[in-house]
Amino acid sequence: MAEGKVDPVHQFTIEPLFGTDHLALAGYNIAFTNSALWMAITALVLVVFVGGGAKQAQVPGRWQMAVESFTGFVDDLLRSNIGANGRKYLPYVFSLFMFILFANVLGLLPLALIGLHPFTPTSHFTVTGVLAIMSFSIVLIVGFAKHGFHFFSLFVPHGTPALMIPIIFPIELISFMVRPFSLGLRLFVAMMAGHVLLEVLSGFVISGTNGGALTFGIAALPSFLLMIGICALELLVAGIQAYVFALLTCVYLNDAENLH
Amino acid sequence: MPQIAQLATTYSSQIFWLLVFFGLVFFVVGRGMVPKVMATVDSRDKQIAADLAAADAARKAADAQEEAWRTQASRQRAEAQALIATAKAEAAKAAEVRLVEANRAIDARLAEAEARIAAARAGALDEIETVAAEAAGDIVSRLAGLAVDQDAARVAVKELLHG
Repeated sequence: MAEGKVDPVHQFTIEPLFGTDHLALAGYNIAFTNSALWMAITALVLVVFVGGGAKQAQVPGRWQMAVESFTGFVDDLLRSNIGANGRKYLPYVFSLFMFILFANVLGLLPLALIGLHPFTPTSHFTVTGVLAIMSFSIVLIVGFAKHGFHFFSLFVPHGTPALMIPIIFPIELISFMVRPFSLGLRLFVAMMAGHVLLEVLSGFVISGTNGGALTFGIAALPSFLLMIGICALELLVAGIQAYVFALLTCVYLNDAENLH
Repeated sequence: MPQIAQLATTYSSQIFWLLVFFGLVFFVVGRGMVPKVMATVDSRDKQIAADLAAADAARKAADAQEEAWRTQASRQRAEAQALIATAKAEAAKAAEVRLVEANRAIDARLAEAEARIAAARAGALDEIETVAAEAAGDIVSRLAGLAVDQDAARVAVKELLHG
């Protein structure tokens, strides 16, 4: 990296840690990377957060109220999308929503100030893709287990004339098969775009400040002010993307559970 | 873009560690803690609903008791009013009776007194006649030197007095 230049995508580089470069399982490399480390931190923070609120007090404290508002939020999401049957998906959708939310937010924290380099696992499509495939697999398993081959009637909307079925069926099938890709890519792209934007703007701040008073005034300062606003926007996006992922999982599960 | 450039070397590690840590979250948080939290929330909701229902029932009971008390109070008030009214009527009747009696007694005494007065007056007139007749006899005997019969004097005086 040249002096005063910032590589906006360097932050997404995966580096093996603790000398585990060649750790392998059945021939596949499973090095413990910075990405894995931040997934571990996310899981740990999540366990601590929810564990601290699982005190089961009849009159809840602040922490318990916070955890209960999250579980209640996901529970409402399931109830409004799937109905009373949605309760059984609460463990999965809650884990999904909180894991994505915490991973997104932890990756935004200014921990570099104390020497840590935050990494956002959800900015990698290998991670978001696995989460999307997991949701999609659950939809398929539930759909076929509950409705058998009748599940294919999902691709023929109500009131379709018989003549139109040969055309509608492939269209619906394609839109169904695209779901895991759109689900995974949406989260990955939103996370990556925000981080790249912040990095590019911070590059402007650094080179503008190095370039003297004039470039500081016309480039560095406006970029810095813009960064402050975009940081707030990114916090919003972190929450919204987690919500969208959980919401779409609920909507897809509703298809499998209730089939129209 | 490292996501694509490093794909071949890192995909297995990414997928493996995601499954490890997401699995950890799912089993420890999702399966372990969330049901407890939801059970607490549900039991609290149930408790609140039960408490509200109990409070509502208690309020209804209190309302019913108040209503009963109110009807009882108004009934007792009506009874008291009726009692007062009869007592008043009886007292008025008794007073009237006693008034009538007293009037009668007064009338009787009045009539008696009037009779006495009339008798006294009659007695007094007789006496005046006698005195006047004697005086007339005396005057006549003194002035004319006549001896007047007592009865004649009396008749004369009576004629004079009564016209």
